[in-house]
Amino acid sequence: MHKRNKLGGGIGAAALAAALFGGFQTASAGEIDSMNFTAVDRGRYLSILSDCASCHTVPQKNQPFAGGRPIETPFGSIVAPNITPDLQTGIGSWTDDQFDNAVRKGIGRNGERLYPAMPFNAYTKMSRQDVMAIRAYLSTVTAVYNPVVANTLPFPFNIRMSMRVWDGLYFTEGEYVADPHKSAEWNRGAFLVDGPAHCGACHTPKTFLGGDKTAQYLQGSPLQGWSAPNITNDTRTGIGGWSADDVATYLKTGHNRITAATGPMAEAVDLSTSKMTDDDVKAIATYLKSLPGEEKPQTAMAASSPEMRAGGAIYRDQCSACHGQDGKGVDRLFPAVANSSMARADDPTSVIRIVLRGARSVATDQEPTAPGMPSYGWQLKDEQVANVLNYVRNSWGNAAPAISPDEVGRLRASVAKRSD
Amino acid sequence: MARILPKKDVVIVGLGWTGSVMANELTDEGLDVIAIERGPWRDAPTDFPPSQMQDELRYRIRHELFLRPDQLTFTLRNKLDQQALPMRDWGAFMPPNGVGGGGVHWNGEMWRFLPSDFVLKTHLTQRYGAGFLPADMTIQDWGITYDELEPYYDRFEYLCGTSGTAGNLRGQIMEGGNPFEGPRSRDYPTKAQTQPFSHTLFAKAARELGYKPFPQPSGNLSTAYTNPHGLRMGPCTYCGFCEWFGCSNYSKASPQTTILPVLVRKDNFTARDNSEVVKINTDRSGKHATGVTFVDSSGETWEQPADLVILSAFSMFNAQLMLHSGIGQPYDPKTGEGRIGRNFTHQTISSVNGFFDKSKFNFNPFIASGSIGMCIDEFNGDNFDHGPLGFVGGGYVGQVQTGARPIESALTPPGTPKWGAAWKTAIKDNYLSTVKPGTGVHGSFYAYRDIYLDLDPLYKDRFGRPLMRMTIDIKENEAKQNRYLTDKFAEIIKAMGATSLAKTYRTAPYDATTYQTTHLNGGVIMGADPKTSAVNRYLQSWDVSNLFVLGASAFPQNAGYNPTLTVGALAYWAADAIRNQYLKKPGPLVDA
Repeated sequence: MHKRNKLGGGIGAAALAAALFGGFQTASAGEIDSMNFTAVDRGRYLSILSDCASCHTVPQKNQPFAGGRPIETPFGSIVAPNITPDLQTGIGSWTDDQFDNAVRKGIGRNGERLYPAMPFNAYTKMSRQDVMAIRAYLSTVTAVYNPVVANTLPFPFNIRMSMRVWDGLYFTEGEYVADPHKSAEWNRGAFLVDGPAHCGACHTPKTFLGGDKTAQYLQGSPLQGWSAPNITNDTRTGIGGWSADDVATYLKTGHNRITAATGPMAEAVDLSTSKMTDDDVKAIATYLKSLPGEEKPQTAMAASSPEMRAGGAIYRDQCSACHGQDGKGVDRLFPAVANSSMARADDPTSVIRIVLRGARSVATDQEPTAPGMPSYGWQLKDEQVANVLNYVRNSWGNAAPAISPDEVGRLRASVAKRSD
Repeated sequence: MARILPKKDVVIVGLGWTGSVMANELTDEGLDVIAIERGPWRDAPTDFPPSQMQDELRYRIRHELFLRPDQLTFTLRNKLDQQALPMRDWGAFMPPNGVGGGGVHWNGEMWRFLPSDFVLKTHLTQRYGAGFLPADMTIQDWGITYDELEPYYDRFEYLCGTSGTAGNLRGQIMEGGNPFEGPRSRDYPTKAQTQPFSHTLFAKAARELGYKPFPQPSGNLSTAYTNPHGLRMGPCTYCGFCEWFGCSNYSKASPQTTILPVLVRKDNFTARDNSEVVKINTDRSGKHATGVTFVDSSGETWEQPADLVILSAFSMFNAQLMLHSGIGQPYDPKTGEGRIGRNFTHQTISSVNGFFDKSKFNFNPFIASGSIGMCIDEFNGDNFDHGPLGFVGGGYVGQVQTGARPIESALTPPGTPKWGAAWKTAIKDNYLSTVKPGTGVHGSFYAYRDIYLDLDPLYKDRFGRPLMRMTIDIKENEAKQNRYLTDKFAEIIKAMGATSLAKTYRTAPYDATTYQTTHLNGGVIMGADPKTSAVNRYLQSWDVSNLFVLGASAFPQNAGYNPTLTVGALAYWAADAIRNQYLKKPGPLVDA
């Protein structure tokens, strides 16, 4: 309350009114009804599926959905707006159509085009009823006065008109249409993956304009100093070696017998997938397991090469205590690098980063341990990092392209500038 | 003036083993709990990662994980007529500091005390007569029995994933375990750790001499384990950097690996680190605690009101805070009266190093865990007839070598020059073929009238409060006990095939400069008689009924075992009493 009072009488009083009566005021705006428990609760769950909180809530700030978190894109940062029912700075005074247009069509309140950091190209798969349920839920959260300047992109990306062209190229509006030849579970999974859960936002490679390369659907993509892995059924680089249960367990708990969620996925697990129903994570697993992998052939590096031998020596000294001489790790504690598609990924950004900077896995109710991997960046030179990773990527039946010391050096320089 | 914080249900002073156990139990009960910790927050993977932890100079020699004496220290003297002097560096023991407390740097030994240890005074008097005990010995019964504590021993063992071989399963003596242990209700959660060569050789020699060796029960795990809180632990890698070091291989039981990740997820738990509690506050009656006062790292003073105060600092600091808060009458060695500070004890430790023919023995001594070891218990407690021996007490002896870290393991046989080429050659020749059990003789330390804790009349801490004064010495009973055990131990080392032995006895005066374990006990002891104890059998203060004092400070005297398992079991026992008795009817659980 202190902060509100400092903002001046008029605004402070309005914000307070919105906080107290927000639900009532927005309820009168149209077809949503904040007193309808069924809609509110459905909206609450849809907001989890859609992971709204990830962008619209600043972590640790205890102001849910009040916006203000910068979303990193290749073009610059976009700050997520306030979607609490605050009348001045939130969405309290928006009409239902304005809200629906923003979520499903990428059109802002005043007709401006939204940047696709807001995944409207995925949310468009939801129905208007879904989106109205989300609105009904959002109308029940505490209104927070928090003005946000969303567009902090540099020229020319700050010209929103350019988004018209982008929409023409990359945006297909329309609700999810079920495939009658597939099971209800598969269809639910496809809807979740392509719709609210917007998996492709991170896992589908992007063109230079930031649009989806649809031919490489869910085959992995770099973001925020990490590489989101291939989540098709590809044997070497995807989830081909995982059972559907492995996928569901990973989404639900953040850990499975092979790997653990870290980096941006740790947050997705914490805020979204761990809170999904068991049926929904199973549906996602069923759908992802049905996506054929590219199965690109890859030859392993020769075990006798000097790089591999040096890498093996480093592995035995530094890595085997946790990950095991056999690379199998410890179930749901230390990842099994011998079976890890992330270790074998064509884009090694994540594994290099983890060796250089360390990583903390996610804690969930089912798996609260949240083990961490220490940083070796201070200890291993670029060449040593490359060698040990080449060893991991090409031992125990693994095969992956060689990493060069220069590649490690470039990533070392770029992650050194990151606060995360 | 202290600024007053919003009231909590419970304030916990010190977030080590007992504070963590109690915080988890009481938050499970739905109470709003705050823990205040003097030292820093410590998290396993970030604060002691395996990429840097194996650093003997940093952690062992320079004491990275421990309290810094300039933050707080003690004064020490051997006898009542001496002037105590402040300790400016640690030697005989290592006061822990920071989240996890001693649970971070310990070795992980998981011993249960003997059933007779809990009724020691009664037992020894019945067997040998009251006149057998030294006149100034002030041992007492605990006010609790082994059978009462057994379920809580079990809980702490399963919390930690303890690796061991049962010796007495529900009354049945089991082959390969400790035949002297009290009956346990079920087996260890995980099998005993595999033993390195010298430890195995010790067991063989002991068996041939007619003893019954068994693996030391260990909080370093033999295999992966998931504890009752769903926390996962990994198998120990025998890195040899356990004692003095933290473990982020998740293979040493600690608050960080067994409790804290679950505790920090609870909405009704908060913690403040780098904040030192300076006083437990009471109301005007002096019989009811109102909370605590603490000072943060900015020097700001705060008051944290609470309905229930849990004092769960390291044993000596528990006693110190009681004295500084004026709760309970200070002990006076002249009259034998008073509650706080009495029956202060340590552990009677010695060892025998064995030097072997390097052409026949390569022990690879660096392969070890903190609580690795093969031990015998024939000479512990009252497992043997003390009648002809003229002393009471005892301990386990064993090859419990925790590694061969290079700075401390540069050993040479007796008679080797202390420097120069001959010394260097001897180091090289003996490194792989020396047995260095460390605390191989792990004896009891019984209580005496003039071994106690009080406030120093001269020296003050940074807040201007008197330092705590330790008055401690090695009494004739303990010296005799140690000589007997050390000789027995040396016979076994000799039987292993050692060509020469370096035998060291523990003798008076008590030496503050050489390490003798961090097992400091007593000062706020438990008991059935409010005249001779500070807390009742539930660790509840006799003076202030909403104050519970956890930890080894409650031990009336020390047995011949490492204390942590008993400390953990007592914490669960006290938590159970709070949850099932105290909260239903706040007030004294035992009538004084």
